[in-house]
Amino acid sequence: MADGVAAVDDPIRKPPLVQGENDFASVTDIVCQVSETPKPPKAWYVTFAAALGLLGALGASIVYLISTGVGVWGNNQPVAWGWPIVNFVFWVGIGHAGTLISAVLFLFRQTWRTAINRFSEAMTIFAVICAGMFPAIHVGRIWVIYWVFPIPNQMEMWPNFRSPLLWDVFAVGTYFTVSLLFWYMGMVPDLATLRDRATSRVRRMMYGVFSLGWTGSNRHWHRYERAYLLLAALATPLVLSVHSVVSFDFAVSQLPGWHTTIFPPYFVAGAIFSGFAMVLSLAIPARELWGLKDLITTRHIELMCKVILATGMMVGYAYSTEFFVAWYSGNRYEGFAFINRAFGPYWWAYTLMVSCNVLVPQIFWFKKMRTNMWVVFIAAALVNVGMWFERFVIVVSSLNRDFLPSSWHYFTPTAIDLLTFLGSFGLFLTLFLLFCRYLPQVAIAEIKGVMPQAHAGHGGSAATASDSPSGQVPPEGVK
Amino acid sequence: MTSSRVYGVLASFTSVEGIIEAAKAVKEAGLTKWDCHTPFPVHGLDKAMGVKMTKLPWIVLGCGLSGLALAIWLQWWTNAVDYPFIISGKPLWSIPANVPIMFELTVLFSALSTFFGMWMLNRLPRWYHPLFSVPSFRRATSDRFFIVVEADDPAYQAPEIKALFEAQGAATVEVVEETITNTDWPPKIKFAAWAAAGLLMLPPAFVVKAKFSTSETPRLHLVPDMDHQPKFKAQAASSLFADGRAMRMPIDGTVARGELVANEALHTGFLGGEYVTEFPLPVDEFLMERGRERFNIYCTACHGVSGLGDGMVNKRAQEIVSPLWVPPLSLHAETVISQPPGQLFQTISKGVRNMPGYAQQIPVRDRWAIVLYLKALQRSQSGSLDDVPLQLRNTIR
Ligand code: HEC
Repeated sequence: MADGVAAVDDPIRKPPLVQGENDFASVTDIVCQVSETPKPPKAWYVTFAAALGLLGALGASIVYLISTGVGVWGNNQPVAWGWPIVNFVFWVGIGHAGTLISAVLFLFRQTWRTAINRFSEAMTIFAVICAGMFPAIHVGRIWVIYWVFPIPNQMEMWPNFRSPLLWDVFAVGTYFTVSLLFWYMGMVPDLATLRDRATSRVRRMMYGVFSLGWTGSNRHWHRYERAYLLLAALATPLVLSVHSVVSFDFAVSQLPGWHTTIFPPYFVAGAIFSGFAMVLSLAIPARELWGLKDLITTRHIELMCKVILATGMMVGYAYSTEFFVAWYSGNRYEGFAFINRAFGPYWWAYTLMVSCNVLVPQIFWFKKMRTNMWVVFIAAALVNVGMWFERFVIVVSSLNRDFLPSSWHYFTPTAIDLLTFLGSFGLFLTLFLLFCRYLPQVAIAEIKGVMPQAHAGHGGSAATASDSPSGQVPPEGVK
Repeated sequence: MTSSRVYGVLASFTSVEGIIEAAKAVKEAGLTKWDCHTPFPVHGLDKAMGVKMTKLPWIVLGCGLSGLALAIWLQWWTNAVDYPFIISGKPLWSIPANVPIMFELTVLFSALSTFFGMWMLNRLPRWYHPLFSVPSFRRATSDRFFIVVEADDPAYQAPEIKALFEAQGAATVEVVEETITNTDWPPKIKFAAWAAAGLLMLPPAFVVKAKFSTSETPRLHLVPDMDHQPKFKAQAASSLFADGRAMRMPIDGTVARGELVANEALHTGFLGGEYVTEFPLPVDEFLMERGRERFNIYCTACHGVSGLGDGMVNKRAQEIVSPLWVPPLSLHAETVISQPPGQLFQTISKGVRNMPGYAQQIPVRDRWAIVLYLKALQRSQSGSLDDVPLQLRNTIR
């Protein structure tokens, strides 16, 4: 923010970040009306009901799982990792875009991030919640899950700190904590805005408590901005580390198909790829539904499409490198694992993965495609499908034919597998829809900072910011 | 008990330029207890106000380094010292395997200290502020820019400050009153808080007591899963199988490990009900060398390197005068020397009287190798000068 304004996009060369005749007051209005209108759009109710239904299914399947045992899933030797780990990696991957957008793009002074950062940070947090759930329920005896933490205990035992699975606990835990702090801290000034506009006592209390008594004091802003910069600087290596550590779960093992050094960068590229696809899948309907088109503009969508195109090609490059290394290493087992991957019993999953992740994004070379919301929406959905299958291919096709041909086994999921996976979408959507309805979807204070009026002597005019009728504060609220 | 007093003078401005200019003027007027309130961080305002660089980064650095130190100590202490963890023969303590956790804890501690440090330095949360009672101040989070000069300022002069703001083109200027209320906690709540704090100390007190006292009863297990594991023991009944046995019979047409008898002489040491007297496999130097190595591994603990029965286990048993101990035989006893190779093979495979069998540990060919070596060992103890080749006799005399 503070220093970043120097790099503000020149409105003559590029379409402005905020479109339409907007000033500070109207930007406040656009974002706040979402949670202030007494009734959200019908579509919100419909999706929320569906999300709650799926959430219920998730709860039921977890209760069944815990009371019965992991045998209710399709996991069995040799495919002991099955869907739960596929889903874990899938959701963690999605949870990457948020912090990437908010931290990495912040450090690179990409001011266009302001319109979508809040939104994608929320997505990150909810995705990481879904992700964290899977390994937890996957351990079997969930009631001793606290053994993963170094808590002094009567058994006088400690966790093994040299295990990638334990690194994972710390990596995902830290990532979740830092993302949550980042998200919440960024939201405090906007919660104060909602507090100050509140007309009912309940709203004033709720937003009041969570805005911590924020007054917009410049001495506070000063430390706040430092803190924001520091958090961004801390979160940036973190984004790259989380999926690297997740990839260690595979790469540190001795299994052909997993044991490769290319995994960390390959996983990170894939995570950013899938994360941006998910942001698009959520942003396109949301801007349509809540009238946020002036803030989340076509240009934002286009930029995200370009990120998808770039990361999609990185992922494609990783796919081919894997094959090259398998051949070049001269290792027969490695070679078999990859031939089995592409032409073995799961050839269909591999084909689906390559088509969705490498071929589909190629349409984003064309501006026509990048600006057609339907095309973008469908392509993003396909990328999400492809990325789920990527994890499926990595986990299942590497395991299903192990060293002992007599134990080869074609993995099939059970109905509970499917229900748990769909249920995780219920959890995600429920949280996300609640966020959309009750919290500021766009970073109000930040977006004001990238408007021309925000810069003394930068073409800003005092008149626009003054007494627009919409700038009226509500009359003094109910006491 | 409420009373009221003047909090200060509040002025509002409609533009970024306006507030920056006004802030410069206030600073020039020599006022110290004042602040600006803006809907977003205004670029250039810090300079205009003369806000000093926060010390937050130093706090973060300190906490980050503590996180790093904690990670190093935690991993070293738990996995190398308190509960040495042997994994794939790797060193108990080495940096590379411990880097991920070091990184994570460094970042975690830094982030937590950034977040909490920032609020602490800002003295937030503080849910009450005198300005909250001014209706127009609500636009401070929307589209207006405010300056407030507090009455506590030594240079505070309401009329002069008002005039200064008006000269700067303020949209509104007003004097803010603050109501002072008694903020002490009611006695009942105070008492409840103390009581709750006292109760919270009980669990840690029990833990400390348990740690520093001895007890006859077994340790408390939070989760007794490991004490009662559902499983089938040998010879138990099972409802899973039609025949009711927990132990399964070998499947037809399969051979269990170690039970292959493809060549009777080789695998059993018998031939037609008699001990074999010839080695059923080619005898060469390699077999002999292998036998010496295996014998030293498996047999010397009891029989001793020379086979005289003076192995470590025997010595130790004599020392503690174990009533159950049967000393191993000297392998040079006449009864042993006279045994054919097949019988020795049987002894190693199945054991004899008080000696256990070693078929599980030692593969067939290695057992024959040991027999071969044993034969040589026996020869070595009962040999005479005639056994030594002529040209070497001089060297050993
Ligand atoms: C755990 C200690 C122990 C080990 C190890 C051991 N033995 Fe023995 N061995 C004995 C004892 C005790 C006896 C005497 C048994 C008795 O008389 O009840 C014995 C007796 C014998 C005899 C005499 C059998 C007879 O017919 O009288 C032979 C031969 C022999 N051991 C060979 C071996 C060889 C070869 C090995 C290595 C593979 C071996 N033993 C390892 C304890 C051991």
